Amino acid sequence: MNWTTAIPEIFLSVAGLAILVFGVLRGRYSGPGNALVCSMLVLASFAVAAILIIGGNHGIGYNGQFTTDAFSSYAKLLILAGAALGLVLSLDYNRLEGLARFEFPVLVLLSTVGMMVMVSASSMMTLYLGLELQSLSLYVLAAFARDTLRSSEAGLKFFVLGALASGLLLYGISLVYGFSGTMDFNVLARSFADPAGVAPGLIVGVVFIVAGLAFKISAVPFHMWTPDVYEGAPTPVTGFFSTAPKVAAICLIVRLMGTPFGHLLASWQQLIVLVSIASMVLGSLAAIGQTNIKRLMAYSSIGHMGYALIGLAVGTAEGVRGVLIYMVTYVFMNAGTFACLIAMRRRGIALDKISDLSGLGRTDPMLAGWMTVFMFSMAGIPPMSGFFGKLYVFLAAVQAGMWTLAVIGVLTSVIGAYYYLRIIKVMYFDEGGEAFDRRPMSLSVVAAAAGLFTLFFFVFPAPFVGAAQAAARVLFG
Amino acid sequence: MEVGITHYLVVSAILLVLGVFGIFLNRKNVIVILMSIELILLAVNLNFVAFSAALNDLAGQIMAMFVLTVAAAEAAIGLAIVVVYFRNRGSIQVEDVTLMKG
Repeated sequence: MNWTTAIPEIFLSVAGLAILVFGVLRGRYSGPGNALVCSMLVLASFAVAAILIIGGNHGIGYNGQFTTDAFSSYAKLLILAGAALGLVLSLDYNRLEGLARFEFPVLVLLSTVGMMVMVSASSMMTLYLGLELQSLSLYVLAAFARDTLRSSEAGLKFFVLGALASGLLLYGISLVYGFSGTMDFNVLARSFADPAGVAPGLIVGVVFIVAGLAFKISAVPFHMWTPDVYEGAPTPVTGFFSTAPKVAAICLIVRLMGTPFGHLLASWQQLIVLVSIASMVLGSLAAIGQTNIKRLMAYSSIGHMGYALIGLAVGTAEGVRGVLIYMVTYVFMNAGTFACLIAMRRRGIALDKISDLSGLGRTDPMLAGWMTVFMFSMAGIPPMSGFFGKLYVFLAAVQAGMWTLAVIGVLTSVIGAYYYLRIIKVMYFDEGGEAFDRRPMSLSVVAAAAGLFTLFFFVFPAPFVGAAQAAARVLFG
Repeated sequence: MEVGITHYLVVSAILLVLGVFGIFLNRKNVIVILMSIELILLAVNLNFVAFSAALNDLAGQIMAMFVLTVAAAEAAIGLAIVVVYFRNRGSIQVEDVTLMKG
């Protein structure tokens, strides 16, 4: 048994338990200091895990339950980056809001372990356990500001709908297991080599699984929790929700559709096309009327998931390469945007209205500048990274002859550009309010790092494209 | 009449539908939603165990064990969130969970 394939996950789990014990034992020093020390320890564990992933060997372990390959390494590094950015964003926000408790970084770490297990799963059992470890930690994070009604309501809604989605996913897994006799991805793939002989019950199972996972990436028609949870959860938690878990869930869908259900392309392709189109259209139309910027970001992330799903709907290695590049650009521009949103405070009160941004171009040109970069990138305007993300998925769709998808994608990006550009207009041309509070160092660092990445991605896309290409070839060879 | 795999599947499908409808049609109490979630998970477990027996394969029963464990953790977290919500809102009526809309 090749147990070394899971060394990064084992290390992170043990580190999580150790940090939890450490935090409890330091209880008498509890408060912001303790939370800061634990956050730093978690960030250090992330760095060690990233090194273990880069240096780790590829292979299948645990009797076919767990697999590491170029695809899982790529996804895990991206997940760790997203989680680390989310954690850095939370440092000062939690202190200012009185949420600085050491459980926060531990929960982020545990959910990250769950995401890493998800993208490495090669059996339905591992998939389910990873997904639940991730979801259960995220439910708690959503309700982390336990003394505010909005956060606890967000946690409640997220929990109820998330548990329902897990139930549907599980029902799908049970049908797939019953009609094929196995939960192992590679055995499933072999048993579907002749798609004509597949039982209808099994296709029903696949539909249930897609529904459950579409929920996790907040794709239409399973998106209804997203705006409420994004609005209610503490802002750094919202930023975290919209980066790492999305990467994990979309990589999980790609692996499922690539490995076990790869031969059933004709059955699931229409489903993914529909979900993708619906997400793009709703994401661009529903965001127009929003006044709360966190709700706007929720619809924006629904739309972005629609664009990423185009690459999967194409069902080729080029398409999956597009998805993986899209997720890199998405994680960094989203983390940067949330760094700017968390900086929106006046006299100690956190703000979340779009109109609160007015006059920012005059009072804080630096922050307004980064925000402009991120909004241009989200709208897909060259030379920002968001343009290249869209370029690769649209290119794959055109090459595969799926013109409808590409055309709808371009049209909805144009509609979407309206509300991204409106934010820039509010910042630079509206009569301004007073300046924001001085922003903490951590936010400036994240905004600058993500901004430079977004701005200069076009100079160095080759390593990312190469890695994404290698990762995509594993699944859609 | 002998009880076969079909009967188990029909019962579990009925339980699943009851659970889903319990979540969407229930206008009363959040606790009822938690019970509906348990119902869904138990329907799935019935499926796994029935398939496991019919296929003569142990994996389904192992999965059922995992589902039971996760369901316990899920119930614990769900109840904790309901308690937190009740402290802030003073009610766990479903129709009161409407602070955010749109």
